[in-house]
Amino acid sequence: MIQTLAFYLFAAMVIASAALTILARNPVHSVMWLISSFFNAAGLMIIIGAEFIAMLLVIVYVGAVAVLFLFIVMMLNIDFAELRAGFMKNFPVGIAIALVLLAELVLGIGAYRAGALELGVPDGSAAPILGASNIENIGALMYGRYLFLFETAGLILLVAMIGAIVLTHREQRAPRGHQNIAKQIARQPEDAIVNTKPEVGKGVQL
Amino acid sequence: MIGIEHYVVVSSILFVLGVLGIFLNRKNVIIILMAIELILLAVNLNLVAFSAFLGDLTGQIFAMFVLTVAAGEAAIGLAILVIYFRGRGTIAVDDVNRMKG
Repeated sequence: MIQTLAFYLFAAMVIASAALTILARNPVHSVMWLISSFFNAAGLMIIIGAEFIAMLLVIVYVGAVAVLFLFIVMMLNIDFAELRAGFMKNFPVGIAIALVLLAELVLGIGAYRAGALELGVPDGSAAPILGASNIENIGALMYGRYLFLFETAGLILLVAMIGAIVLTHREQRAPRGHQNIAKQIARQPEDAIVNTKPEVGKGVQL
Repeated sequence: MIGIEHYVVVSSILFVLGVLGIFLNRKNVIIILMAIELILLAVNLNLVAFSAFLGDLTGQIFAMFVLTVAAGEAAIGLAILVIYFRGRGTIAVDDVNRMKG
């Protein structure tokens, strides 16, 4: 019963959040709805027993989407004073959202404790399920049968990282001064300091 | 009783919403990137649902690879967005005509 309830809650939240993601005027709100959408999709995955992918989704996506959010804040011309002005007004909403997320987590865990949803019967042709937990099974598969694909995934991430760095890297056109270390070391006090005894009213020749 | 159909319906609605987002938000590249993320999320949900349905963990492994590619895509997309904004001072899709495509 609680599984059915959790499914409908998560499904409704996923769809509503996705709709609001594409409909929100403010890109920052869009990002928030996107996070909510991913969170609820992770809930949907948890109640069918795929907790590793669900946690991966929360960690990777909420992390990556936070970076996306930062990019938006940096690039778009967002009025921070305006954002600050509505802070106290938005505070109850923020608390409410946090509570909703927490309640959903509790509900998801409760539903999972009650037993994973049985969506079908294995027909025998499947990848073998070895251990007791989802993470154990995935680890055995990933470091066994799919080891080379796993390493390829790492390579893809490496290429993406290098590509992003190369794309956004900017050569400094005018460096801020050249430091010549040999010249600095060879400098003697006699070259730098001069003692003079100027006559009164004559001044110093520099 | 929740079956595979329910999951397929949810993920297809999600997919359609993602596609709709690309068409609705013709101005803002960031929203379009988010819509692409929604589409990939729908794909992942489908993969995981069928993985549970068939009792086959390959779907979850594949979902992880989709996740990897999605992260790389987001990074590269945002990098392109950053250099585009640096050069033009805007990210409006309507103004993207530098390559005369």
